[in-house]
Amino acid sequence: MTPSGGTPTDLRLYRPRISTWWWTRKRSYFVFVMRELSSIFVAWFVAYLVLFLYAVGQDAAAYRRFLDWASSPWVTALNVVGLAFVLLHTVTWFNLTPQAMAVRVMGQKVPAFHIVAGQYTGLVVVSAFVFWLVTR
Amino acid sequence: MADSIRLRVSRYRPETDSGPHWQEYDVPLRKEWTVLDGLNHVKNEVDTTLSFRWSCRMGICGSCGMNVDGEPRLTCGTFLSDYEPGPVTIEPLANFPVVRDLVVDLSDFMKKLPRVKPWIIREDDHRTVEPDVEYLQTPGQLDAYQQFSMCINCMLCYAACPVYGLDPEFIGPAAIALAERYDLDSRDVGNRERLDVLIEHDGVWGCTFVGECTRVCPKHVDPASAIQRYKLKAAMETVKAFLLPRGAR
Amino acid sequence: MTRRRVEPLVWLMFSAGGVLAAVFLPILVFLFGLAFPLGWLDPPDYQHLRTVVGHPVTLVVLLGLFVLMLVHSAHRFRYTLYDGLQIKKKRTVAVLCYGTAIVGSTVTLVVLLAAA
Repeated sequence: MTPSGGTPTDLRLYRPRISTWWWTRKRSYFVFVMRELSSIFVAWFVAYLVLFLYAVGQDAAAYRRFLDWASSPWVTALNVVGLAFVLLHTVTWFNLTPQAMAVRVMGQKVPAFHIVAGQYTGLVVVSAFVFWLVTR
Repeated sequence: MADSIRLRVSRYRPETDSGPHWQEYDVPLRKEWTVLDGLNHVKNEVDTTLSFRWSCRMGICGSCGMNVDGEPRLTCGTFLSDYEPGPVTIEPLANFPVVRDLVVDLSDFMKKLPRVKPWIIREDDHRTVEPDVEYLQTPGQLDAYQQFSMCINCMLCYAACPVYGLDPEFIGPAAIALAERYDLDSRDVGNRERLDVLIEHDGVWGCTFVGECTRVCPKHVDPASAIQRYKLKAAMETVKAFLLPRGAR
Repeated sequence: MTRRRVEPLVWLMFSAGGVLAAVFLPILVFLFGLAFPLGWLDPPDYQHLRTVVGHPVTLVVLLGLFVLMLVHSAHRFRYTLYDGLQIKKKRTVAVLCYGTAIVGSTVTLVVLLAAA
């Protein structure tokens, strides 16, 4: 922004540009963007599970073939990375919930610890239920 | 502790510069000195041309916000000794246009704040009501909004918010926190008017809950919490608008 | 009177999808993405899985789960594109993101019905 004519009292504001890499400069920004990118893996796993359900809907051979495909190195690597991102989503989501809602019980504000603990309890209950439903 | 510490200060003189550049100054390093003390030393003893804002020097006026080593801080509450051996990098508050040196243009916020009507709105016309009436509140009613009333408009939250940096249309953390402060105040009935402003696209929806605003706030206002609660409130109102017949709203 | 808006409702679906993803995906991914394919645990008997998947309650639950998680994903990714890549064609991005979620939801419904 070069100065160009005008009286000495003109406002010549300098407006800094934000770099595309703004999120790499601070750890909190980086973790935030990683958290947001977990959305890609959420979508991937929905697709993966739908493919799995498609195989189950066909026959036992298709089910077998799916499991074989899923055990291949690339799919396994993708799922390992994906699981890491899913767990990042879970942990950050649980930690943010107390900040996102003011929960009051009998006039008292419920401490954040209880809200976080409640969610992890829910996670354990749901996981146990799904495990039981699938493996019984 | 060393005798002095180097300040690396961003300078910008619009009458001669096309952009900012660094200038370094060595200031005394005293145990109780803040970054603001360092800057005042520079202005008083070394270089009177350095421009920056400050006032109360005790963390209540909100004037002295700057980016210190990349973090939005109130310079009156930031101790030089914490940055030993230095240098301490001092830049104008991020995400705002720079007027000169460390002074930024806050007119964007000044335009946005009144849009959320940050004052008590009552049904009764104040011209017909007794002027000395007290509106009583229980401690519980005060507690509901008190945290959000601590905002000193220092703009550190805007400097920390990447969404505001990338999309200047976003109304921003402090404005939303202040709207919530009045919505939660038992003396106020202006919820609908503020909702109409904040339910817009440049209102609460741009926020992606980064949470940096809360982290940098010197008065522990927790604007991120105010914003998420406001989103939930707006969503509930929208659900009601869809479900209930016109008359019931 | 507030005119009816869609964004708040999309945000509600995003939030619901976020909760469901946080609570259901870890176990589903662990079991079906790693444990069964890699043989850490014996894969369930095909007939048993077929019965569970074929149950109407399963269909409703899975449909709800997947649709909400797709909306969650689309909504979050949309804002990642705005803030991360600073893409200015906002309406195009929104249409692409939610459009993909709608397509994905339709495919999900078709597959679930076929498996029932």
